[in-house]
Amino acid sequence: MLRAPKFELATPTSLGEAIALLAEAGPSGMVIAGGTDLMPNLKHELFTPSLVVSLARIPELHGIRRATDGSLVIGAMSSLESIAENALVREQAPALAQAASLIAGPQLRSMGTLGGNVLLDTRCQWYNQTYFWREALGFCLKKDGSKYHVVEGGAKCVAAASNDSAPALMTLDAELGFESAAGRRSVRIEEFWLADGIFNKRHAQGEILVELTIPKTPAGHRGAYGKLRERGSIDFPLLGVAARLDVDDQGTVSRADLVVTALAARPHRVTKAGELLVGTRPGDPQGELAAEFRARLAELARLAHKQCHPLENIPGDAAWRKAMVPVYVRRTFEAAARRAGPVHHL
Amino acid sequence: MAARDIHGPAPPWGDEFRVVGKPTRKLDGLAKATGAAIYTDDIQLPGMLHAKTLRSTQAHARIRSIDTRAARALKGVHGVITGADLPIRYGVIPWTQDENALAVDKVRFIGDPVAAVAAVDEDTANAALKLIRVEYEPLHAYFDPREAAARHDPAIHEGRKEGNVSKHVRLEFGPVDELAAAADVVLEDEYSFHGSTHAPIEPHCAVATCSADGLLTVWSATQITHYVHRALAQVLEHPPQKIRVIQPCLGGAFGGKSDPFSLEFCVAKLAMLTGRPVKMLYTREEVFYAHRGRHPMSLKYRTAAGRDGRITSVDAKILIDGGSYSSFGLVTTYYAGQLLTGPYDFPSYRFDSTRVFTNKPPCGPKRGHGSVQPRFAFEVQLDQLAEKLELDPIELRRRNFQGERTRTVNGQRITSNGFLACLDQVERASGWKSKRGQMPFGRGVGVAGSMYISGTNYPVYPNKMPQAGVQLKVDRSGLVTVFTGGNDIGQGSNSMCAMIVAEELGVPLEHVRVVAADTDLCPVDLGAYSSRVTFMVGNATIDACRKLRSQIVSAVARVWQCAPERVRLMPGVVIDLEDPARSLSTAAAFQCAEEHFDTLGSTGSYNTPTLGGDYRGGTIGASPAYSFTAHVVEASVDTETGRITVHDVWCAHDCGRALNPMLVAGQIEGSVYMGIAEALLEEHRVNRLGLHAGPSLLDYRLPTSVDTPELHALIVESLDPEGPYGAKEAGEGPLHSSIPALSNAIFDAVGIRMKHLPFTPGRVLELLGEKSEREARARGGVETGGRV
Ligand SMILES: Cc1cc2nc3c(=O)[nH]c(=O)nc-3n(C[C@H](O)[C@H](O)[C@H](O)COP(=O)(O)OP(=O)(O)OC[C@H]3O[C@@H](n4cnc5c(N)ncnc54)[C@H](O)[C@@H]3O)c2cc1C
Ligand code: SF4
Repeated sequence: MLRAPKFELATPTSLGEAIALLAEAGPSGMVIAGGTDLMPNLKHELFTPSLVVSLARIPELHGIRRATDGSLVIGAMSSLESIAENALVREQAPALAQAASLIAGPQLRSMGTLGGNVLLDTRCQWYNQTYFWREALGFCLKKDGSKYHVVEGGAKCVAAASNDSAPALMTLDAELGFESAAGRRSVRIEEFWLADGIFNKRHAQGEILVELTIPKTPAGHRGAYGKLRERGSIDFPLLGVAARLDVDDQGTVSRADLVVTALAARPHRVTKAGELLVGTRPGDPQGELAAEFRARLAELARLAHKQCHPLENIPGDAAWRKAMVPVYVRRTFEAAARRAGPVHHL
Repeated sequence: MAARDIHGPAPPWGDEFRVVGKPTRKLDGLAKATGAAIYTDDIQLPGMLHAKTLRSTQAHARIRSIDTRAARALKGVHGVITGADLPIRYGVIPWTQDENALAVDKVRFIGDPVAAVAAVDEDTANAALKLIRVEYEPLHAYFDPREAAARHDPAIHEGRKEGNVSKHVRLEFGPVDELAAAADVVLEDEYSFHGSTHAPIEPHCAVATCSADGLLTVWSATQITHYVHRALAQVLEHPPQKIRVIQPCLGGAFGGKSDPFSLEFCVAKLAMLTGRPVKMLYTREEVFYAHRGRHPMSLKYRTAAGRDGRITSVDAKILIDGGSYSSFGLVTTYYAGQLLTGPYDFPSYRFDSTRVFTNKPPCGPKRGHGSVQPRFAFEVQLDQLAEKLELDPIELRRRNFQGERTRTVNGQRITSNGFLACLDQVERASGWKSKRGQMPFGRGVGVAGSMYISGTNYPVYPNKMPQAGVQLKVDRSGLVTVFTGGNDIGQGSNSMCAMIVAEELGVPLEHVRVVAADTDLCPVDLGAYSSRVTFMVGNATIDACRKLRSQIVSAVARVWQCAPERVRLMPGVVIDLEDPARSLSTAAAFQCAEEHFDTLGSTGSYNTPTLGGDYRGGTIGASPAYSFTAHVVEASVDTETGRITVHDVWCAHDCGRALNPMLVAGQIEGSVYMGIAEALLEEHRVNRLGLHAGPSLLDYRLPTSVDTPELHALIVESLDPEGPYGAKEAGEGPLHSSIPALSNAIFDAVGIRMKHLPFTPGRVLELLGEKSEREARARGGVETGGRV
């Protein structure tokens, strides 16, 4: 078995205590939630913190509730399993529940948290490897070195955002609530990402993600998540597609949104989705979808295909990933229109 | 071959089996399920050190220097060794010993072992590895077998006149070209098989301890204790009488634990040097470097046949990517050709196979050693032939059936052969007739057949001693202990021995204990490979039982003053067939025999008859009995994503007699799982920079339960004349034809030929695209003609 480097583990029971511990530790401190991303990364010597602060015992970080204004407030330590199964989430944020249900496998979903998923490190086939492997390769820009392996002669880290929840949360306008020694801060998830594979988030050292807030979705909200992966379980996304359709009581789309991920360093919003789909009528969720809607969707799928350029950053056939963009965009919107999903090959 | 070697298919007591043939749990099933079973890594000895291996970061390089001073100086480090400490080479095949436990002078792939450290704990050993300085002089590295076949400078193994060719075999039987020239139909095509690996859940692990008087004991997760014993003696220059090798409970092997491995020598050497027990457990990544998995092959076949579908000539040319060492490669190169000559009969056959060295983890035997790849290519070609001749693919196979009690074109003796029954069963169970060509576009069925060996008469080192030996010890309580060198690697061979003893001696199954794979205690057996254990150890067990049985029967007959024929050993009791009132408990009967004959015990052995063709290499692939298999796969293709879904696999396997149908079904299911896995998902690949593309169980994609189709195990019993009660192998054969049957199902579903593995969705889309282009051209009036 691979060994994790030695570190000290702290298990504070209040948020204040955790913040103080992290502030004191500075760059040598790290947070652990479910540990399903952090532990493998420690074993690969991608991080070597001397202090690891566990959030498991902090009550403020747990629980899923509806706030007075109808928005959904999800504690960062909520397990992925609970996100997938919670009735409120399934009703108000179906795309998120679906995305959570397809993350990793059952054991990992019971350990892994939503907060940890949002803050997941980017992934790359040349990076998520052991120290020995990376040494044999020649250390890359993201960790310990200066080489580029994905694009020969490249100049930028293109490790992929691989968290399934991110695109779904983007279609849901989620807000991330952080707390640190500097106080409270809230950021719209849209503004949270950076197009840099080395570190793709605006997340400062010592900041604890406390909760996520999803504004109330309208009654006609429909959402779905599509995930491309090789196996029916365990695997990270080769492509993730979140679709949103808000349908008014006339049956007309009042809002549409499309975010794709696992292609580049940050999730990508296909901005034309609204323009193309708003005003159309998807038609009967049980029967044949309307021709006009399907035609617009086909155009959106083509557009998404043009905008997406997967690289050989994560394992898997990049050409196939690209070819699947329009297929998954179409299928995921169709699933949303039908109040179905997730879109997954099983 | 002696009379002791053949016992016939009948039950030992003439009427019916009492134990054999009944679905029975494995002896160690409960211990494994409850976590009580002791695997190698569970062994903890007082004062035990932990060892780690430093591996090459270079694909091909000369070692200029190794500086271990800083590592030795680290607190907690007890021993550091390099190639200089273990300079003697080894290798499982005596003619091709080209491995060192730790690299001597050069390294041949990224991951090649270079040095080993023993320290108080794993972390200290790992820290010490980072302190070792190795200076390399890089050499040109070969990743493409074609290049390695053509270019010999630099040589991966120096001083060989064949350069980078590891082995070349060309054999020809009958007038191949003449018959092809005269045939009605000739098909020629190219296929390729990628690499795949065993991925046993238990990584390799070894523990060694050396007593003050030099007795070296090594526990190892090996599937061949006997070869490890021999190799240790050779490399350590330690007397074999002072070496004991034990295989604890094993967590899967599939061929991947058949070679002696670096870690066995390293722990032994470190234990001898430090005077303390030493353990080494490979990480998952290291298991991918130790490898010995399926060889990637490029295959060309030319099959000629008459209009009636009868095959007249087969010509094969195969390039095998061996990776960096020989391992079993000599045998692989032969098997790639020798094992194709059934279940079909053809009057002429030629194969030309070449194994080359490349700078990748060494390949070796994986379930279906050497013959899964050719079988894939050939069975797809047969489907192409059926298409051309507009014949039902099952019918085509029936027409070419070789029959029972016959000889193959390359001189192999075929005894029992249940292949036709296999075809019948899969045809019926799958609903073939109402499905083939009749399901909606996108869904299809495919068939394929195969054969495999039940051991061979080629011991890897030439000798005339028995290939399997068994010893029985009898306790006055009625307990019988079986001592066997056979390696139970999870396939259940210990349970098989116990069932035979229970059947023969009339003891309840729970009164049989099996002590296996301990070189101090057990007679030699050649180990768990080439599907030999049930056949050979089973026969040896029967032999030992029969000797003991005659003692027990005659002792009881003397006491009862009756003819020995009247004495019958039943489960737990011994009865007089003609006087039901008279009986003894088994324990009393054993005591009675001990009074008459002194301490009881017996030995049994098995050796193969003289087999094989009368030519160089003619014994490689010669088996006392062959198993036969047919598969039907039902699959569908999502033409938009290219994704293949396998719905059902029906596998009918002729195992002679199913001694334990539960375990036979388990072997069939496991084999099919593994075959479909490597067809669709698994790929053991080295990338353009020479690194293993994903040495982890995240990136090496073993199918999970949700990815696994419905598996239907159908057992066919042909009752082999020489197998134990008629049994043959069931562990490897049922993998073979699953892969071509899937390819053929895809053809039935969407009309594309998957000739290159793995069958990825990208490749499916590519072929679908080519097909629609072809069809568009054809509609446009441009004909593209095939060669008939
Ligand atoms: C085999 C395998 C398969 C996987 N498959 C998928 C997949 O398909 N899709 C997917 O999205 N993920 C996948 N994952 C990754 C992981 O399991 C999930 O992303 C999970 O949600 C991570 O949550 P966690 O609580 O375990 O995070 P941790 O590992 O505990 O933390 C992850 C990162 O976030 C930081 N962090 C966590 N919580 C907080 C917080 N509240 N405040 C500040 N920082 C915090 C940690 O410091 C760390 O850097 C997989 C992992 C494995 C091992
Ligand atoms: S994309 Fe980033 S992580 Fe991947 S090899 Fe390049 S620098 Fe390293």
